[in-house]
Amino acid sequence: MRMRNLMTLALAACAIGLAAARAAEDNQAFEKIERGRYLAVLGDCVGCHTAPGGKPFAGGAALETPFGALVGPNITPDVATGIGAWSESDLWRAMHEGIARTGARLYPAMPYPAYTKVTREDVSAIWAYLRTLEPVHNEVQPNQLTFPFNVRRPATSTWDLINFKPGVFQSDPAKSDVWNRGAYLVEGLGHCGTCHTPKNITGGDRGGEALQGALLQDWYAPDLTADPRMGIGSWSTEDIVRYLKTGANSFDIASGPMAEAVENSTSHMTDADLLAIATYLKDGAPRSANTAIALAHDDTRMVAGKAIYEDRCAACHISSGAGVPTLFPRLAQAPLVQSTDPTSLIRVVLIGSRAAATSAAPTAPAMPSFGWTLSDTEIADVLTYVRNTWGNAASAVQSTDVTTLRGRVSR
Amino acid sequence: MMARKLPATDVVIVGLGWTGSIMAHELTGAGLNVVAIERGPWRDTATDFPTTYAPDELRYRIRHDLFLRPEQLTMTFRNNANQTALPIRSWGSFMPPNGVGGGGVHWNAETWRFLPSDFELRTHLVQRYGEKFLPEDMTIQDWGITYDDLEPHYDKFEYLCGTSGKAGNIKGRIQAGGNPFEGARSREYPTPPQKQPYGPTLFAQAAQEMGYKPFPQPSGNLSQAYTNPLGVTLGPCTYCGFCEWFGCGNYSKASPQTTILPALIRRPNFEARTQCEVLKINLDKSGKRATGVTYVDTSGNEWEQPADLVLLCAFQLFNVHLLLLSGIGKPYDPRAGDGVIGRNYSYQVTSSVDAFFDDKIFNPFIASGSIGMCIDEFNGDNFDHGPLGFVGGGYMGAVQTNGRPIQTARTPKATPRWGAEWKKAVAKSYLSSYEAVTHGGCNSYRDAYFDLDPTYTDRLGRKLMRVTFDFHENELKMSTYLTDRLAEVVQKMGPRQLEKHPRSGHYDVTVYQTTHTCGGAIMGVEPRTSALNRYLQSWDVANLFVMGATAFPQNPGYNPTDTVGALAYWAADAIVNHYLKSPGPLVQI
Repeated sequence: MRMRNLMTLALAACAIGLAAARAAEDNQAFEKIERGRYLAVLGDCVGCHTAPGGKPFAGGAALETPFGALVGPNITPDVATGIGAWSESDLWRAMHEGIARTGARLYPAMPYPAYTKVTREDVSAIWAYLRTLEPVHNEVQPNQLTFPFNVRRPATSTWDLINFKPGVFQSDPAKSDVWNRGAYLVEGLGHCGTCHTPKNITGGDRGGEALQGALLQDWYAPDLTADPRMGIGSWSTEDIVRYLKTGANSFDIASGPMAEAVENSTSHMTDADLLAIATYLKDGAPRSANTAIALAHDDTRMVAGKAIYEDRCAACHISSGAGVPTLFPRLAQAPLVQSTDPTSLIRVVLIGSRAAATSAAPTAPAMPSFGWTLSDTEIADVLTYVRNTWGNAASAVQSTDVTTLRGRVSR
Repeated sequence: MMARKLPATDVVIVGLGWTGSIMAHELTGAGLNVVAIERGPWRDTATDFPTTYAPDELRYRIRHDLFLRPEQLTMTFRNNANQTALPIRSWGSFMPPNGVGGGGVHWNAETWRFLPSDFELRTHLVQRYGEKFLPEDMTIQDWGITYDDLEPHYDKFEYLCGTSGKAGNIKGRIQAGGNPFEGARSREYPTPPQKQPYGPTLFAQAAQEMGYKPFPQPSGNLSQAYTNPLGVTLGPCTYCGFCEWFGCGNYSKASPQTTILPALIRRPNFEARTQCEVLKINLDKSGKRATGVTYVDTSGNEWEQPADLVLLCAFQLFNVHLLLLSGIGKPYDPRAGDGVIGRNYSYQVTSSVDAFFDDKIFNPFIASGSIGMCIDEFNGDNFDHGPLGFVGGGYMGAVQTNGRPIQTARTPKATPRWGAEWKKAVAKSYLSSYEAVTHGGCNSYRDAYFDLDPTYTDRLGRKLMRVTFDFHENELKMSTYLTDRLAEVVQKMGPRQLEKHPRSGHYDVTVYQTTHTCGGAIMGVEPRTSALNRYLQSWDVANLFVMGATAFPQNPGYNPTDTVGALAYWAADAIVNHYLKSPGPLVQI
């Protein structure tokens, strides 16, 4: 009995403390909360902070890095397992400086090198929104890295000295408002570079190579520069908007991690924001020294690849490589097909892949697995053919690359 | 065992095939919570019939991989009431579907509308030929709806599917190249006809020379890519010839998977429970109101799903079986000629003409379940039956559905059944022979019906359904006449040898003919002779609707799916716009 009374007292004190902390908050600030909700969509917070089939924002999605797994923590207002004990300043510090409430450095799987560009006002709105979520009690162990990477990072880290420059986005007065909005979204909340910018040996962005394409979780996130062959140079602004809005356009269909990004984030963006993103991306400088010469059509790998293509692939992707818009991706002159790194191509042939489903394009067609019916050499040959015909030009795919990836993705 | 009771829902749907998917989409669209209960597994194109192994004749055609296993549920069969019915232990004449998508997964996708006169058959025939012209035991009747009632719903189903064809009649104007006998359409088909191979092209030339009006068969295997009003995209058919018995791995064949389900599964007010078999429809004490359904899962647990509205959307045979097991409506008694559940079972009367050529190569493997050139001069009542002594008819034509390796082994008569000579004949005939077909209707008769079998039960102790059916003289005469007309056209194609195979003798349940089983709980104008009113609503239980070919009073000379889809949209429209506003009988008697 006495014990219970003590408990009650303690709980009451706790409640008073929380009430005091929240005194400054206006929890019916509809405009701010609604704006925060939209900003959380722009940032795709739910992507990392929700387990498959789990409650939104309650944590649990694992990000596989070369150093081990990092799991998105619970960011619902649960005091014990979420961020219920945090203040708005704590969130600002996490997003702007990459430092947790405990004072420890976050791992850059939390894309603070991008989120640092988000304005204080926007972080404040996101905070207001997160406070309205149902507190979910869900213990998450975010750090599942292997030794020595799992050792808690000091507040001053060498990694940040090399790779991180804090600072809110500064608009370029020489550019339009639309361009600047696009830059703010792409470089900030949208954190496109987290996947699409090549990384240095420590996992930080390589300088001067923004959005030129990178490998992550055995997917190759393609080049988003205006490069006419490997980037989005041949896509119009409308093509980019349509892709982000629906997951598909007449060139390509989102698959893999981008399918998630489309489903969780870009398909819910306003048309104005999508146009801003497209405007900014179209203005990006194409990568330099971009030449490749197609393999000769009588190369033995090309001959073998053509036979396999006609037999196994042409029914959907068409003999001309034209595909079927919004259903079967176009292969002829397709940027991803000609990427320097063929990992995504090998992967989808090996284990298949399902396209994004959105309200505007709900079909979600899927590529079946060919890993059980084609050998490593056959997969290498057919991809070499696809990468070097219909005007495409790219390096040949090596069967050893297929063997290696098969070992990884078939685990 | 007591069934565990689940929270109530607005609508429970039994069976997630074509009609279940259509009803679920329309009713979730109207804001209702819908639970669909499906006996078979979930089925998805790339996962369950990918191009890498879907074209497997042994697995799917010979071993029936996609179909219901008779061990789970079957029916007994006999030709007439003097025989003892025995259980069907391996499917033959028809193929009961199972799993999400139902028959829409494995159909050939022949997408025909019925003729306007088909819907008012008895009235039409009596007016033209007199009451005495019809056999005394023929129980054909009017549907209670007209072609014009159904036209907008045919249109909706075809635009859902992206059907490839050429209209023959748009708003009363006859269109060159289409079927001039069809009812008026409000607009052209959504996509142009599929390409025609050599055989159908030759057939059309021959038919044209004889004064007929050949036209491309309407096809649910698409001639080109198509995005339907739900935003779902289908791809162009590749003419691989693995349609009927198979799922399409190319997203080219209209099915619930390729037209509705991607949009439906996004809706939060829709839920599907697969691998769950509905045992019966539950009624309240008055017996006038359905309270939901009871189903069993694969662990043998029984569940009760209460609902305000019950939609029976299973395959035709199982709809009738569930009505009989649930005690809904008066079972049909063939001796007294009264009762409605089980009444008017009808089927399809098909026939063929085989032609063997010396100088022609047909490449039968360039195929689609519904390419072909057809004529409709001998369908329904498009021709004068007065001097012929029968009623009914069918379309006929060169329909190139497949050239699959195991079963395409056509040989001329007098060829040995095995050995070197047989092999030689198969090799010679594979490319150079051709089979043309007739697709005749089947009228309904007093002695063709369903009831519960007195002897055999399923694994759960439920009585199996008993099928009593045989062909009648009227249909056999019709088949002979149609086959003769077809042979005249085929003869003009110039074969060395021609063989006619009209339907004859007793109905054989072991030999595949079609899966167009119809009737058993038919729609009509009054409860004495029909189980359902014109909106497919049970006369006896107003919150129960029964979809599918179950409602056909008799079967016209076409494939049923287009009409099955149109009737579902027609019923959905009545539920959303009338029933929900005032739940109760939609037709007062």
